[in-house]
Amino acid sequence: MAEKTKSLDFIPRLLPPFELLAEGHRGCQGCGEALALRQVMKVAGPNTIICSATGCMEIITSPYPETAWRVPWIHVAFENAAAVAAGVEAGIKILQKRGRYREGRVNVIAIGGDGGTADIGLQALSGALERRHDFLYVCTDNEAYMNTGIQRSSSTPYGASTTTSPTGKESIGQQTPKKNLPKIVAAHDIPYLATACPSYPLDLMDKTRRALDTVGPTYLHVLSACPTGWRHAIDMAVEMGRLAVETGVFPLYEIVDGKLKLSIKMDKRKPVAEYMKPQGRFRHLKPEDIERIQQQVDEYYESLVYRAECDAGR
Amino acid sequence: MGERTGLEVSLAVSEAVKLARVEAVAAYPITPQTHIVEELAQMVADGHLEAEFIMVESEHSAMSACCGTSAVGARTYTATASQGLALMHEMLFIASGLRLPIVMTIANRALSAPLSIWGDQSDVMAERDCGWIQVFAETGQDAFDLSVQMFKICEDKRVLLPGIVNIDGFTLSHVIEPLELESQEDIDAFLPPYEAQVILDPRKPVTIGPVGFPEIYTEIKMQQNQALLGSYEVVLEVWAEWEKKFGRAYKPVESYCAEDAEILINIAGAVSGTARVAIDRMREEGRKVGMIRPRLWRPYPFEDMRAAVKGAKGVAVVDRALSFGGPGGPIASELRSCLYPLAEKPVVASFIAGLGGRDVTIDDFYTIVAETEKIIETGYTDEYKMIGVRE
Repeated sequence: MAEKTKSLDFIPRLLPPFELLAEGHRGCQGCGEALALRQVMKVAGPNTIICSATGCMEIITSPYPETAWRVPWIHVAFENAAAVAAGVEAGIKILQKRGRYREGRVNVIAIGGDGGTADIGLQALSGALERRHDFLYVCTDNEAYMNTGIQRSSSTPYGASTTTSPTGKESIGQQTPKKNLPKIVAAHDIPYLATACPSYPLDLMDKTRRALDTVGPTYLHVLSACPTGWRHAIDMAVEMGRLAVETGVFPLYEIVDGKLKLSIKMDKRKPVAEYMKPQGRFRHLKPEDIERIQQQVDEYYESLVYRAECDAGR
Repeated sequence: MGERTGLEVSLAVSEAVKLARVEAVAAYPITPQTHIVEELAQMVADGHLEAEFIMVESEHSAMSACCGTSAVGARTYTATASQGLALMHEMLFIASGLRLPIVMTIANRALSAPLSIWGDQSDVMAERDCGWIQVFAETGQDAFDLSVQMFKICEDKRVLLPGIVNIDGFTLSHVIEPLELESQEDIDAFLPPYEAQVILDPRKPVTIGPVGFPEIYTEIKMQQNQALLGSYEVVLEVWAEWEKKFGRAYKPVESYCAEDAEILINIAGAVSGTARVAIDRMREEGRKVGMIRPRLWRPYPFEDMRAAVKGAKGVAVVDRALSFGGPGGPIASELRSCLYPLAEKPVVASFIAGLGGRDVTIDDFYTIVAETEKIIETGYTDEYKMIGVRE
């Protein structure tokens, strides 16, 4: 299924200068999602159609009559970016067969936030993956419904305070662990998926290239810091992403044809407290809470390392 | 003239879709629509229809995928019913707002609860205001003809809206009827390939489906409504062309024995067949009863309807859907508001019948006409009456 061409490894001085997600959109200062999509678009290039879910990235880039998109872009609803992308891909396929659409492969990319992907859009995503449409799904995960005012999603991490999982006398904040969406996606046995973060732009761009070079459904799960919702300083989004990776809170990996490979192996990880401390959403946590989170992170990270070793040995 | 044959109406619809050279179908199975999409899937599997068949995981995704295929310029079709249509609800408004000429068959079925797979028109009546062109078929021939015509109407540059062809679940979808299928050559001459005005193409980037702030939302909705109202003329044009080519005439409001009728039965869909038999009997008994049948439901044919009821003393509207806690039936309440500005107008008696597959019998029509006669004489007593309720 997965026919891979050799991936380009991006280097800074050879990055394409074009911005297909144009400057001047209405994103918040320090938005990690906009940064991630900017990086994705540098790789995808102009031969791309974007199918966007409702959410931050949709509203900030398409206030009619303005648009920040220099590629064809369609927004239909919240929970169906994958289904729309499936239609776009299938539509192009049949039109090309009938000679009614220009020849050649077009990058079809669906984008959605964590709410639009892990919650309300999970079914449409699962269906499109299972049907093996040739498209890339990019989930820009900022760990809550930021567009509507920082409500919790299933992707909100344990202990985070949001407007609907507030901390209080009876509550630690989000009471359940973050849904492991890449794991659910991996269960569809798609040829390529990866986790990425715009704080590691070259890694994110390499992964975008590999995903787009793969025939069939591919998936990128992109942790995207949100200064507004995470309640950290607006100049710290890149640093937050780096800390998420360096602490092991958000490990970077790829699963290619079922084999998991860590992108950056952190032998000595920073304590999770360093990641959590600058964020207002974790400010209420007690040392014992953070200790518990540290244990969860360690366990998960070690399980990934083990899995990667096993897969490498196969 | 086409080939006369006996065919299950669902399969006739599939045949119409195939003859329309549809390019993309995205659908999800739901009774009583299944035969249509099964047949289309088989046509694709056998190589008789070159189309992308996307067997999606829900009706919501069906209409979402249809938006995708239509937005790249593919002629797009789907079919659903009942709960499936209800699940699509959100997407129906978006498809019309995005001006995507998707064509859909609804095999009309009751809405749960209690769960009912049987026919009535509750499903489509709940989607009355979704901005789609909507027609009702009475016969299998209607279903075939309207399905082909709908592509031409929806894809017209003056329209660019999606369209629904309603066929009654089971009482129409699952019966075998004699009908004329037209040849591919004739349908090709009638229906050219879809030439979309705006598509998603990297050579010419466009933004489809943006955010509409209060400064612009009203204007966009007005444009959309104007397109739907304006589709009326296109509908008439397409029907005139169809009649010329294939010899079968279509009107926004069909009538039967209506010229001198004092009481007009008003009913949409296949049950009007039973009404015809009842009318024939009443005519033999010397009673001046006729029928008017809304074929075009959206855009609502105001003038045709006003002309159709002229001279009648009463209109007995039979709705196969109930507006809970409201004015009874949607067809009746719309007729009432259509006639309200007229100085002289017939009384509009509203009856609810045939819910969830309950038969509407010839006797029921006798009851309905008798009740209407009473209302003409003594005036309204109730807003509406439910017919055939077991007590």
